Amino acid sequence: MANTYTAIATVTVGAGGASSIAFSSIPSTYTDLLVKVSARNTDSANNWYLLKLQFNSDTTGSNYSYRLVGGFGSSAYSSSASDRYGGYVTSGARTASTFGNTELYIPNYAGSNNKSFFSDSVTEGNGSSYEILGLWAGLWSSTVVITGITLSNDAGNFAQYSTATLYGIKNS
Amino acid sequence: MPTKLLVDCSTGAVEEIELTAEEIAQREADAAAAAQAKADEEAAAAAKQAEKEAIAARLGLSAEELSTLLS
Repeated sequence: MANTYTAIATVTVGAGGASSIAFSSIPSTYTDLLVKVSARNTDSANNWYLLKLQFNSDTTGSNYSYRLVGGFGSSAYSSSASDRYGGYVTSGARTASTFGNTELYIPNYAGSNNKSFFSDSVTEGNGSSYEILGLWAGLWSSTVVITGITLSNDAGNFAQYSTATLYGIKNS
Repeated sequence: MPTKLLVDCSTGAVEEIELTAEEIAQREADAAAAAQAKADEEAAAAAKQAEKEAIAARLGLSAEELSTLLS
């Protein structure tokens, strides 16, 4: 049970949208990190969008991997890949003012092992079609301390009122 | 001009920064690659489904019966 659960920083996207949200200078004094994201995409071409991750300055897709199980409509699915994805973002085509939600948990982010992460993500469109949810188990193949996390989309931008909050967690 | 939000966790300051031309070009290339990967994945899934249905037809199974077997 965590004794410390601190909101380190939070950001809300303004009227112009944002291509990415980046947390920098993350202190190494916690044990785990948690990022809570509520996001909608400005684009409407796709049924949903993928939440793209970047740790520190590493944009090399092959340094990341994930296994995913999820549900779409009445179907379950699974997939795996070497790429920087870790959640879903509600499409701009869905009911106005609806946002997808993602919790991204990164244990031992300041340790000396490769960095694993877990993500629980779901889109929300007020009961319209194309709702999707997924549980992601991921790995960033790097042993350095995570000092920065950047969130973006596979296409398009974060829409106004999308938010992201970074929490620090430790058991003391 | 697209912008990115940078949050300095040591101060809490939020900065809105315009993307450089290189960043914009990279985003466009990444989006195109993602779209192609998605199209390839959907095509592979459709081909696999067609193969399953062809096998089911040779076995004399309906689509519903096949779905029940595979569920």
